[in-house]
Amino acid sequence: MSLSLPRLRAAFLAVSLALLVTGCGYNTIPTLEERAKAQWSEVQNQYQRRADLIPNLVATVQGYAKQEKDVLTAVVEARAKATSVRVDASQLTDPEKLRQFQEAQNQLSGALGRLLAVSENYPDLKSNQNFLALQSQLEGTENRITVARRDYIEAVREYNTNLRTFPGVLWASTIQRGSKPMAEFTATEGSSVPPPVKF
Amino acid sequence: MTRATRSVWTAAAGALAALALLAFASLALALTFPALTGRVVDEAGVVPAHTRIDVEAKSQALEERSGIQLVVATVKSLEGSDVETYANQLFRSWKLGEAKANNGVLLLVAPNERKLRIEVGYGLEGVLTDALSKIIIANAIAPRFAAGDFGGGISRGVEDIVTVLTTDAAEWAKRPKVRAEDELTWLDRASPFLIFALFLFVFGSMVSNARRRTGGRWIRQGGRTVFIPPMGGGWGGGGGSWGGGSWGGGSWGGGGSWGGGGGSSGGGGASGSW
Repeated sequence: MSLSLPRLRAAFLAVSLALLVTGCGYNTIPTLEERAKAQWSEVQNQYQRRADLIPNLVATVQGYAKQEKDVLTAVVEARAKATSVRVDASQLTDPEKLRQFQEAQNQLSGALGRLLAVSENYPDLKSNQNFLALQSQLEGTENRITVARRDYIEAVREYNTNLRTFPGVLWASTIQRGSKPMAEFTATEGSSVPPPVKF
Repeated sequence: MTRATRSVWTAAAGALAALALLAFASLALALTFPALTGRVVDEAGVVPAHTRIDVEAKSQALEERSGIQLVVATVKSLEGSDVETYANQLFRSWKLGEAKANNGVLLLVAPNERKLRIEVGYGLEGVLTDALSKIIIANAIAPRFAAGDFGGGISRGVEDIVTVLTTDAAEWAKRPKVRAEDELTWLDRASPFLIFALFLFVFGSMVSNARRRTGGRWIRQGGRTVFIPPMGGGWGGGGGSWGGGSWGGGSWGGGGSWGGGGGSSGGGGASGSW
């Protein structure tokens, strides 16, 4: 036989050690971390999707309501700002970054809300098929953002809890010390609801 | 009562209140859903019998053709949640559509809140878009619901959804190829038998080895001959479990009760009210 007893024992030891380590939740932290990061990219995806809809929307509204210049430029500017703030998956542990991202997106939500409110004053625009389609797409995207945010918050909560509870806390304070808690969204989910308009 | 005991009591009361609040909060967050009993789940009791039969037949035909799972649900209450959240959570709890394709559609009706939603799985967002869902709701469903005709609205809505899902030419051209890849090759079919043969071979050689060297023994136990190798008890049990027929049923038989296929949704679709 080619397998000697010591070698067999070493292999057995290696396998059982591996089993022991996986059983103790060594893999849990990276797994949850990757899931949270994946959820974050989904959040960013959906915000990007919203940003991609805006040029078309602005062009359509412009055709009917040229005089609403202020509202239109506000949307374009807010969009430019929102698309410039991106949070890399590795920066998720920085609450300040996340706050900036959220602030930029909230501004865009506000500007969009005003644009849609103003559109109510133009019956021709309101019955335009293109505008209706864009509006429903925008609604759908806002809903997807809500879902993606909820999934991200849930994934982060799970990950952070794992870092602070047994047995995850053992790994987080020793070998996987690089794993830091991730930031959650601070504000409520109300950001996806357009703010009330004041004239 | 001394001050110390009083403060202990206040603390305890505070903790209790906090606990109650927490329990209430978690209760408010967790929605309860009806069971997925079929292609039409009529908790609110607004679907007439003929509509149910009609919709079930259409949904079944759709699934047989394309694998898409289309379910109509009516609920008594959204439990204080908005229709988007409720529909999404319900969709995910039922896992509509195939796990890989995420090709499920849920038409949710809440007659008491006068709200409805078409929730579309990830895999169908490109076909049954938000705009199309909105159009179906606005043109086919909401006007009939407003007139009190739930059966007609649901029937017509399902018809339109099926039409949208089955007439996208590009999607259909792709489909046969995709499904052809799913078909089992002869190796896939033969592999369980090969593995079984390998197992028999290994087990047989172990048995004959053991017998030659140390002389295990064969005994009759409950009408079945069981080999007891000399190593000890653990092996006897292993031999026993192989008598049964894990081969007969399970994944080979197919069939059985109908349920969600493991799909998920990320909030695609549209909502409406009447």
